[in-house]
Amino acid sequence: MTVKITEKNRVETVQLSKVGGRNYSNFLRAVGAVVWKDLQAEFRSRELFTAMLVFSLLIILIFNFALDLDIQTRRSVTAGVLWSTFTFAGTIGLNRSMAIEKDRGCLDGLLLAPVDRSAIYFGKVLSNLAFMLIVEVIVLPIYSILYNTNLLQPGLLGVILLGSIGYVAVGTLLSTMSVQTRTRDILLPILLFPVVIPVVIAAVQASNGILTGAEASEIRPWINLLVAYNVIFLAVAFMLFDYVVEE
Amino acid sequence: MIQVRKLVKRFGLKTVLRGLDFEVQPGEFVALLGPNGAGKTTFLRILASLSRPSLGDVTVAGHRLPGEAAAVRARLGVVSHLPLLYGDLTAEENLRFYARMYNITNHETRITEVLEMVGLENRHRDLVRTYSRGMQQRLAIGRAVLHDPDVMLFDEPYTGLDQDASSMLDEVLKTVAAEGRTVVMTSHDLARAEDLATRFDILSRGVIAASASREQLRQSNLLSFYKEALAG
Repeated sequence: MTVKITEKNRVETVQLSKVGGRNYSNFLRAVGAVVWKDLQAEFRSRELFTAMLVFSLLIILIFNFALDLDIQTRRSVTAGVLWSTFTFAGTIGLNRSMAIEKDRGCLDGLLLAPVDRSAIYFGKVLSNLAFMLIVEVIVLPIYSILYNTNLLQPGLLGVILLGSIGYVAVGTLLSTMSVQTRTRDILLPILLFPVVIPVVIAAVQASNGILTGAEASEIRPWINLLVAYNVIFLAVAFMLFDYVVEE
Repeated sequence: MIQVRKLVKRFGLKTVLRGLDFEVQPGEFVALLGPNGAGKTTFLRILASLSRPSLGDVTVAGHRLPGEAAAVRARLGVVSHLPLLYGDLTAEENLRFYARMYNITNHETRITEVLEMVGLENRHRDLVRTYSRGMQQRLAIGRAVLHDPDVMLFDEPYTGLDQDASSMLDEVLKTVAAEGRTVVMTSHDLARAEDLATRFDILSRGVIAASASREQLRQSNLLSFYKEALAG
C-alpha cells in the first residue's frame, strides 16, 4: 500500500513551479495534454460532435426547403446561410465543451495543475476548433450538393478557417465565464453574438466575395479584419483567462 | 506548512471569512469542522489557489498566495466531493492526462503505483463513468497524490459514499497521511474525523472558533467539544 515517490518526480514538479509554468515546452505539453484529452473523450462519446453535426445538417435542410430560390439567388445567400449554420452549431459545441469540464469538477482539476492557465485556454481553443472544423468539413460537401454550388475552393476554406479561429477564440473565453452561472445555456449566445459580430460580418463578406468572383482588393479588407480580430482576441484571452476562471 | 493571517473573503456584500487565523505544522492532519455555510469550502478553495483572498496573508508550503499560485499548486493535492475526473476516459487515461499536466517524467511507473495504492489496478482500463461512487473517489485520491504533494486538502471526501466505500476511503486516507503529508480535511462526519485527525479546528461564522489537539481532547469527546465551540 505504501507508495514510494522517486526524487526525480518531485524535482521535476518543483522546478516547474519555480518558473511558474511559463517554460515554453511545459506550456506546449499542457496545451497538447488538454487537446489530447478532449479529442480522446469526444471520439469515445461523440456527444458534442453528433449534436453539432445534426444541428448543422438540420439548419441547411430547413434553409434549403424554406428558401425556394433560383440558382443565382442561392449563390448570393450561400455565405449567410453557411455562417449562420456554423455560428449556431458552434455555440452548441462551446457550451457542451465547457459543461463537460464543469459538471464533474474537472475545471477545478485543470486549474489545480501547476501550469500557466492560458495553456488550458489554448488547449480548449484548439480542441473546440478541431470539432468545429470537422463539422464544417462534413457540412460543406453536403451543402454543395443541396445548393448546387461549389464550396470546395481554397480561398473559401481559408476564410472558414480564419472565421472559425476568431469565433472559437472569443467563444472559449466567454463559455468559461458563462459555464459558471446557472443560466449557462442561454447566457453564452447572449454574451457571444454581440462580441463575435465583426467576425461573422467579415467572414460572410469575404466568403460572398470569393463565391461571386469579386476582385481581391474587395475581399482583402475583410480578410485583414479577420486576422486582426483573431490576433487581438487571442492576446486578450491570453491575458484575461487567469482572472476569468478565478473566483 | 500552512500559515493564514487575518484572512477575509467577500462575495459581493456577503463576508464569508472574517479575519481567519490558521496554522498547520508539517505532518499534521487537521480536521476542519463546522456547520453548513461556515466557510469551510471557501477556505479550502483559497488554500488551493482556486479563489483569491479579499484581504489577509496566505502562505502554503513556503509560497504566498495568490502571487506564487503555480508553485503552491505543484506542492498541493486536492480531493473534493466531486471526482475531478473525466467519465469518458479510463482510470489510466485520466491519470496519464494529469501526469502530463504536472510534468511527471516517469509517469507510467507512477500511474501503476498509484493505481495499486487505491486498489484499482484491475479496473485501470475501464471508463471512469462505469465506476461506483466509491471507486471514483479512490481514483480521485490517486489523481491528487500522483505528483507526490506535501499538502493534501480534502473537502467533504465522504459525501455520497456508502459504509463499505467509506471504510475503504478510510484506509486510503490513512495511507496518504502515514506518508508524512500535511492534511487538512473538512467533514461533517465527527466519528471519522476523530479517527483520522491529529487536530480539530471548528470553523464558525468565518473564524476558527476553537482548536484542540488529539491529546487535549482525551478528557472530552469531539461531539461535546464541537457543540461547545459552536455555542460559544
